[in-house]
Amino acid sequence: MGRVGDGMKRFIGFIKKEFYHIFRDRRSLFILFGMPIAQIMLFGFAITNEINNVDIAILDKSKDATTKEIINKISSSNYFSNREAIENEAEIEAVFKKGKVKAVLIFENDFSKKLIKENKATIQIITDATDPNTANTISNFTNSILRKYQQEINKDIKIAYQIIPQTKMAYNAELKSVFMFVPGVMTIILMLVSAMMTSISITKEKELGTMEILLVSPLKPFQVIIGKVVPYIFLSIINAVVIIALSIFIFKMPVQGSLFLLGAESVLFIINALSLGILISTISETQQTAMMVSLMGLLLPVMLLSGFIFPISSMPNILQIISTIIPATWYIIILKGIMLKGVGLAILWKETLILLGMTVFFMVLSIKKYKIRLE
Amino acid sequence: MKKTNVIKAENLTKMFGDFTAVNAITFEVKKGEIFGFLGANGAGKTTAMKMLIGISTPTSGNSEVAGFDVYKNTEDIKKNIGYMSQKFALYDDLTVKENITFFGGIYGLSRTQIKEKRTALINELGLQKVTNELVSSLPLGWKQKLAFSVALLHEPKIIFLDEPTGGVDPITRRQFWEMIYKTAYNGTTVFVTTHYMDEAEYCDRVSIMVDGKIEALDTPKELKKQYKVASMNDVFLKLARG
Repeated sequence: MGRVGDGMKRFIGFIKKEFYHIFRDRRSLFILFGMPIAQIMLFGFAITNEINNVDIAILDKSKDATTKEIINKISSSNYFSNREAIENEAEIEAVFKKGKVKAVLIFENDFSKKLIKENKATIQIITDATDPNTANTISNFTNSILRKYQQEINKDIKIAYQIIPQTKMAYNAELKSVFMFVPGVMTIILMLVSAMMTSISITKEKELGTMEILLVSPLKPFQVIIGKVVPYIFLSIINAVVIIALSIFIFKMPVQGSLFLLGAESVLFIINALSLGILISTISETQQTAMMVSLMGLLLPVMLLSGFIFPISSMPNILQIISTIIPATWYIIILKGIMLKGVGLAILWKETLILLGMTVFFMVLSIKKYKIRLE
Repeated sequence: MKKTNVIKAENLTKMFGDFTAVNAITFEVKKGEIFGFLGANGAGKTTAMKMLIGISTPTSGNSEVAGFDVYKNTEDIKKNIGYMSQKFALYDDLTVKENITFFGGIYGLSRTQIKEKRTALINELGLQKVTNELVSSLPLGWKQKLAFSVALLHEPKIIFLDEPTGGVDPITRRQFWEMIYKTAYNGTTVFVTTHYMDEAEYCDRVSIMVDGKIEALDTPKELKKQYKVASMNDVFLKLARG
C-alpha cells in the first residue's frame, strides 16, 4: 500500500510539473487552445459564406399550388439568392455551363395530383459538383427544406405524403469523400496536440538535460513517458470536446451516431498519435527536429493524403496505397461515419480494427525504440 | 581506520558494435573520497559513468555501486546515488521552490521531509528572496549550486558530477569546490569528471582515461612524482600524447 501510494504521489507530482510547463508557455497554450477554435471558425465560416449566395434554376413541370409553395420556401431561405426559371431539360446543361447556377431543381409532372393520389411525388436535385463541397451542402439544405415541408403537410393527415428528392451530383459522380471540415479539422488538431506537442515536450527534456536526471532517478523509464503523455491525453480530449461542441452549437452540425462511440474512437486515435509522438522524440535530438519531423511526417500527409481535403478516390494508385497506411485516413472515415452518417461499430468495425492494429504497432515500436536509445 | 569501498569496478567493458568505448577498466572508490575521473573528450568517461549510474548495461565485467550490482540492482543504485550533469539541469520554467519540491518528490521524499529540506536548503544557499522566482532568472552560478543541492536532497551515498563546473567563472568554481569538500566531509562520496586540470589537484585520487582504458590512477601528488612533472596538466598532456 505504501509503495503504491508513493508511486501515485510521484506520478501526481510529475503531472503537476507537466501542467506548469504547458500553462507557462504561450506558444503551447496557443497551439492547445487557440488553434482548434481558430481553425474551426475559419473553416466553418468560410464554408457557410459560400452557401449564402448560391444561384439555382428551377424547372417546374407541373406549376401547381404545391410546387409554388415549395419554391417559395426555398427562395425565402438565405441559402439561395437568385433563382432562374427554365422551361425544359435541354436548358439545364446551358445554365450549368454559364457557371453561375450551382443547382437545378426539377419538379415532375402533376406534382400535386401525384402527391394526393399516390401519396408521393418526386423532385430531382442536380448539383454542379465541380465544387463538391458546395454541391453537397446545397443538396443537404434542399433536402432539409423539403423534409420540413413534408412534416408540415403531414401534420393533420393520416396517410403520410412523401416527397422524394432524387439527388444527382453532376460532373463529379465519385463524390465519396466530400470535404467535410469538422472530421478533418478534428483529426489535424488531435494529431498536432498529441503527436507534435508530446514529441516536442519530450525532446525539450532531452535538450535541457533533465531527461538524463529523470532517468537516473528511481522513476522507471515508462513512468517518465506516461507522466509526459497523460497531460496531453487529457488536453486532447478537452480539445475534441471543444471542437464537437463548437460544430454542434455554432455550425449546427448534426452528430447522427453515438457520442460514446465517437469518444472511444477519438481516445484510440489520440493514443495512436501519442505513440507516434514518442516515436518521433526517440529519433529527434532537438525540439526543432521534432517539430519538423512532426510537420513533414505527420501533418502534411494528414492534410493531403487522408481524404481531409482531396478525395482519396481521385488520387493516383500509389498515393491511394500510401493513404491506407496513414492512421488519420481511417479515423476520418470513422468520424464521418459516426458524425454524418450515424453508423455504428456494425459498419465501422473494420476501420476501428485497423486503427487499433496501427496503434498497437506504433506503441510497441516506440517502446522498443525508446529502450534502444537508453542503451 | 579502514574505509569501505562504495564503488568497485572490475574489467568493466562497454562495446557499441565493434567499437570498444570502455575497455576493461578496474578501480575502486572509498567512502567519503573525492574521486576525479579525467579524460579527453571521447575517451569513454561518460560511457563509463552511465554504466555506474545504472542507465547503461555493461557488455562485460563486474561492478558494484553503493553495494548493488550494476546488472541486477539498478533500481537500488538509483535510490542511493545523486547525479548532476554539466547542464545543471533544472526546469527553467519552474520556480526555485517548485524545482526542489519536484525533485524531492521523484525521489520519494514525504511532504514534510520536502518542506524541511527545502527550507534548510534555501537558507543555506541564501535564496530566500528568489524562492518564488523562475529558475530561468537566476545567474548560472546560482543554478549550479541549486542543481548540486537538489541532487543531494535525498541524501545519496555517492554523488556523480559530470563536468559540474563547465562555463562558470573561477570564483564560482572555487565556491562550488567548497561545497564539494563539505559534502565529502559529511561522508558522501564524490565521483567527479572534469577537464579543468587545476580541479584535478583538488581531488583525493584521480584516474585518467585514454582511449577507453584507465592509464593512470593515484593521488595527484603521486602522479606528479611518477611522471616527474609539476602539475596535473602536464601529467595529462604526457598521457594523452602517449
